[in-house]
Amino acid sequence: MKFGILLKESPYNYQAFDSVYNFANAALEMGHEIIGIFFYDDAVYVGNKYLEPPQGERNIKSYIHALKSKGVRLVICVAAGKRRGLTQNTVSESAEISGLGQLLELSIESDRLITF
Amino acid sequence: MKDQKAKIMFVCRTAPYGTIYEQEAIEAMIMFSSYEQDISVAFIGDGVFSLKKGQDPSLINIKNFTQTYLVLKDDFEISHLYVEKESLEERGVREEDLLAEVEVIPRAELRNKIDEMKVLLPF
Amino acid sequence: MLNIIKKSPYESSALSDCLKYIKSGDVILFTEDGIYAVKKEGAFGKLVSDASQTCAVYYLFPDAEARGIKSEEVISLAKPVDYKGFVDLVGDSLKSMTW
Repeated sequence: MKFGILLKESPYNYQAFDSVYNFANAALEMGHEIIGIFFYDDAVYVGNKYLEPPQGERNIKSYIHALKSKGVRLVICVAAGKRRGLTQNTVSESAEISGLGQLLELSIESDRLITF
Repeated sequence: MKDQKAKIMFVCRTAPYGTIYEQEAIEAMIMFSSYEQDISVAFIGDGVFSLKKGQDPSLINIKNFTQTYLVLKDDFEISHLYVEKESLEERGVREEDLLAEVEVIPRAELRNKIDEMKVLLPF
Repeated sequence: MLNIIKKSPYESSALSDCLKYIKSGDVILFTEDGIYAVKKEGAFGKLVSDASQTCAVYYLFPDAEARGIKSEEVISLAKPVDYKGFVDLVGDSLKSMTW
């Protein structure tokens, strides 16, 4: 099955990003496809390449690197991102910046779109 | 993209200004409306406060983004703006207090509309 | 329809709004802070038990474990799922609503 994921919550104020990570890994292990994760609202902070979590703490950078290496597209909303300082210069190489059209495409092309 | 129009509904459940969800939801609605799909918006719970007439956020230095609802159906390709009747009543907001022309429908009817959708986008 | 509740019922209207919208055949899954709703001893245990007459009720076991909510503390009608079970629930319903 093809899943699309929308994440809206900040990765530090909420558990939602961790839930996305665990959900996506389970789905991939089961042989499903994640056709994309769209980061909107404060969730765009996930794509900041300057994140430096303290040692021993969950590492968002390595999480998104792991997802990307499994073939998952990570899309940071350009408008929500720009507002928050997420641009081509500050975005992690594991993610890409694109428009809301990508969220629409996920809505159309996925068998299921789930929001976190 | 597939030939048939996808039925997508924004489900607005948060009040304006206190969080950014409603403002960025409107931006998404406008963008989605340009792709010729079947887009609806439903206001339930505190989401109905976004439609209240007379909002003036200038004193808190925030843009009055809810004015966009006035033109959402005419200037953009949004199929329906639904407002849940029970949520309005519970919050003491009358139909004539709403800033835009919307379809006020009972919860059970809105649930039937929800059942027709392919995707729900909660905000 | 799969209904996902991730907010604590003590601080959010997610559960009460969801319960107003459910129909027979719906599924409810409690995750993250939503887990506190399925605690047997607590203000919402009875409400969720009643809802399970109409809907299948599940909770995300890893989120319950994380919060020290043991299986025996959870209402008997709520069934535990792991993340793979979560994925199955999303697949089994035509759409999901995150409240």
